[in-house]
Amino acid sequence: MQYLPNIIFALALAFGLGFFVMNIRKLIRNINLGKDVNRKDKKPERLKNMIKIALGQSKMVKRPLSGFLHIIVYVGFIIINIEVLEIIIDGLFGSHRIFQEVLGDGFYAFLIGFFEILAALVFVAVVIFWLRRNVSNIKRFLSKEMKGWPKKDGNNILYFEMVLMTLFLVMNATDVHFQQAGIGNPISQFITPLFDGFSAEGLHTIERTCWWIHILGILVFLNYLYYSKHLHILLAFPNTYFANLNAKGQFTNLDSVTTEVKLMMDPDADPYAAPPEGEEEAIPEKFGASDVADLSWVQLMNAYTCTECGRCTSVCPANLTGKELSPRKIMMDTRDRLEEVGRNIDANKGVFVDDGKQLLNDYISPEELWACTSCNACVEECPVNIDPLSIIMDMRRYLVMEESAAPQELNMMMTNIENNGAPWQYNQQDRLNWANEE
Amino acid sequence: MMVPTMADMMAQGKQPEVLFWVGAAGSYDDRAKKISRAFVKILHQAKVDFAVLGTEESSTGDAAKRAGNEFLFQMQAMMNIEVLNGYEVKKIVTCDPHSFNTLKNEYPGLGGKYEVFHHTQFIQNLIKEGRLKIDDTTLKGKRVTFHDPCYLGRANDVYESPRELIKRLGVNLTEMKRNKSTALCCGAGGAQMFKDAEKGDKEINVLRTEDALETKPNIIATGCPYCNTMMTDGIKFKEKEAEVVVKDIAELIAEANKL
Ligand code: SF4
Ligand code: SF4
Repeated sequence: MQYLPNIIFALALAFGLGFFVMNIRKLIRNINLGKDVNRKDKKPERLKNMIKIALGQSKMVKRPLSGFLHIIVYVGFIIINIEVLEIIIDGLFGSHRIFQEVLGDGFYAFLIGFFEILAALVFVAVVIFWLRRNVSNIKRFLSKEMKGWPKKDGNNILYFEMVLMTLFLVMNATDVHFQQAGIGNPISQFITPLFDGFSAEGLHTIERTCWWIHILGILVFLNYLYYSKHLHILLAFPNTYFANLNAKGQFTNLDSVTTEVKLMMDPDADPYAAPPEGEEEAIPEKFGASDVADLSWVQLMNAYTCTECGRCTSVCPANLTGKELSPRKIMMDTRDRLEEVGRNIDANKGVFVDDGKQLLNDYISPEELWACTSCNACVEECPVNIDPLSIIMDMRRYLVMEESAAPQELNMMMTNIENNGAPWQYNQQDRLNWANEE
Repeated sequence: MMVPTMADMMAQGKQPEVLFWVGAAGSYDDRAKKISRAFVKILHQAKVDFAVLGTEESSTGDAAKRAGNEFLFQMQAMMNIEVLNGYEVKKIVTCDPHSFNTLKNEYPGLGGKYEVFHHTQFIQNLIKEGRLKIDDTTLKGKRVTFHDPCYLGRANDVYESPRELIKRLGVNLTEMKRNKSTALCCGAGGAQMFKDAEKGDKEINVLRTEDALETKPNIIATGCPYCNTMMTDGIKFKEKEAEVVVKDIAELIAEANKL
């Protein structure tokens, strides 16, 4: 019976990790529903971007206060994971603070002491984050799209972190041997007095309870990621690696259109010619995007990576002037629809069955799409290099090329370009008149 | 005003140093035409051998592309590329950041590869090469703020050329709170210029004009004909026409050099 805790621990660990892997596979499958786009080039530049932006958080610190707090939580998160490693080894093999033996008292004390300080800093940072979200009137946390689950999700993450940090510190505070040694306890020594009246056995129970809840909490948190904006802690890395490296003003030229335009402009092409052998039945390619499967895998990965911080929306000129458009909502809608499509596939044995819905209209309205000035402010601002503008453009392409549903004035503009090579109704022959006026 | 066309040049068997891409606004819009003329005066002063396409120029297709009409864009692009390649054009300069962006970034993939300059970059090169000097006394002491066009700034990371030119005018350049990569759009991009704004509580150009007015400027400098229209309308809306003017950097240089 003495191995029971080890067995329970191993089972919990296997179950937690297994469920996580299952969700990650689902995530990858969903992302791969997107169209292919080549992001395999320029590896050194991509790596540099990832190191600078995801690892180095270079875009986070553009807003100094939240950037600084975020770095504390982020560094804390990564470094305290070393402690989790110890917990896992202890849990599996029934050892106690195995690293103390392996690393020696001095270094161990230094490490744990450092973790304790980090844990305390993380706790404080998280409390400030909570206050910013719930007490101060920061506009980007109060937008329409942040009602309901997104708001709860944001707070859940903060509660998780508060609880985990507290458990870690209380666990140390109630570890009698650890406190008696008096090393590596710069924070927990101040918590110990709270437990003054407790028997040795009582303290041990508390210490064990904290230990268990701490590691189970971490496993639960790991599995919470998939359902949460917190997924960005993993996806920020591939997302910055595969981000667009071209000038932000450069929009893609649709290859399918190029082929057709070339045919149209080729004087030798016979418009009535029968399509080449084998292509008669081919479904003509859809122009632009009306649903998630029309987007690229990078755009879909963007949607899962979005941390709903709203920095994009807070600089969007359309949003700032009260229009419906919010680039953050574009990303959240894309993710929600992708999840819906994913669940549909799960429920139908691996194939998507038409549900009469799509991203356009059911999630994102034309009014939102037509409010965008293509200014790239959202793209510039996003701390993890998400490109909401590319989705907006692909959906406009669908509206115009598949549905001829542009606003009336834009149709006039386009007719003018077609007829006289300018967006206004002027005579092509008057193009050089400006040179002789004045 | 002497504005040679590529067709004239070709007839004389000559190849100009650079093609001036005028753009639809610069050709037809009354306000923007003044910018085209100011830039031509500068080109003349620096003795630049240039030409325009004249009636052979057509819309780059930028507005159509951003409105979602990739077909129309690519038809325009291929038509223009045929003309440009026919004249063996290598170097292009334009006062319109939208044309600049499209020619520079979106034409190469369709077979149109040129060296493309925004006029502020081109003028800066003229100064570096010693072909042009800017008189820093005419406008001395004026308070100037610069509005970054999205398609020059964020879209192509050109922030310094316009600013360095402004500094050479001898004026006081004061930045708005949102500037360079954080500059607010004027509201014209993405084909918004050609339609009414969607429902909201304010016009974007008014919000941007307020940013500019906070710096208490005499002059709002721009480097884009569309931004120029938007900011000019904003100033009218705020009834500040008496105190503040909106000018393109080319116009300011022409004015400083008394051209
Ligand atoms: S590109 Fe469009 S969505 Fe993004 S900030 Fe500009 S107007 Fe808003
Ligand atoms: S797209 Fe980027 S900036 Fe916008 S909410 Fe998501 S993570 Fe934040």
